[in-house]
Amino acid sequence: MNAIQSIVVKKQTLKIESKTDRLVAVRDFVSQAAYASGFNDEEVSKIALAVDEACTNVIKHAYHYDPKKQITITVTANNGEFEVSIVDNGKQFDPKRIKQPDMKEYLSSYRRGGLGVYLMKSLMDKVEYDIEPGKRNQVRLVKHIPR
Amino acid sequence: MSDFKIAQRETSSVNVLELKGYLDAHTAPKLEEAFQDLLKTNRTKIVVNCKDLSYISSAGLGVFMAFIEDVRNKSGDIKLTNMSKKVYNVFDLLGFPLLYEIFKDESEAVRKFSDRSPLDNDRK
Repeated sequence: MNAIQSIVVKKQTLKIESKTDRLVAVRDFVSQAAYASGFNDEEVSKIALAVDEACTNVIKHAYHYDPKKQITITVTANNGEFEVSIVDNGKQFDPKRIKQPDMKEYLSSYRRGGLGVYLMKSLMDKVEYDIEPGKRNQVRLVKHIPR
Repeated sequence: MSDFKIAQRETSSVNVLELKGYLDAHTAPKLEEAFQDLLKTNRTKIVVNCKDLSYISSAGLGVFMAFIEDVRNKSGDIKLTNMSKKVYNVFDLLGFPLLYEIFKDESEAVRKFSDRSPLDNDRK
C-alpha cells in the first residue's frame, strides 16, 4: 500500500479596524502563529515587528487613520515558508516609489519616518506587493521556517 | 490596549525618562509629549532609561529622530541606557548607535553630561 503524503497547510486570519490601539492584537496573533511554526524568540520578535510596521503603514498612509476601515491579516505556514499577508482597500500606493534609504545619510539628516519599509525588508526574507489599483493592496511578508 | 508608561525624574541636573512597556505607533505620541515638555522648559540634558521597555517599532524610533537635532542645538543631548538585547537590536539594525550614545547603565550616561565630551562613545 502506498503511503499517502498529506501537505498540511496552516492558515489563520485576523481582521482588525484601522486603529493603532489594535497593533498589540496583531503582534500577539502573529507571534502565536510564529511560535507554533517553530520560530525562536528572536525570530518571532522580528516577524511581529515587521507585521506591526506593515499595519502601521496601512493605518497611516492607506486609510489616513480612518477607524471604520478594515485590515485583514492572514498567516499561512506552508512548504517551509511562513507568510503573513496584510490586505487593505485603501489608497493605492506604488511600491516602486519606495526607496531603501541609505541609513548613514538618513541619520545624518535627522529625518523622520520612512523607516518602516526598511525594517520590514531587513527583518524578513521576502517582502512582496500585489496591488490592484483602487481596489486592494496586499503586502506579503515571508520568512523561511527553521528545519 | 498597548501598555506604555513614562516616569520622569531629575538627577544631577539631568532629566531621566524611564520607559516601560510597548512603544509603537499608538503610544509614541506619549513620548513625543514628554520630549516637548522638556524642550519647552529648556531641559535638554536627557537620559532615556529603557530598562523596562519591552518593545519598540519605527514609530518610537521616529520620536528620537524628531527631537535630537533641537535638543543638540540647545547644547543638550538624548542618551539612551539599560536596553534589553531585543530593543538594542532594533536600534542597531537602523544604525542608531552612530547617532546616539547608548550606555549600559544610567549612571554612566548621567556622568557623561558633566564630562563635556558629547562625541565620545561608550556604546554597548
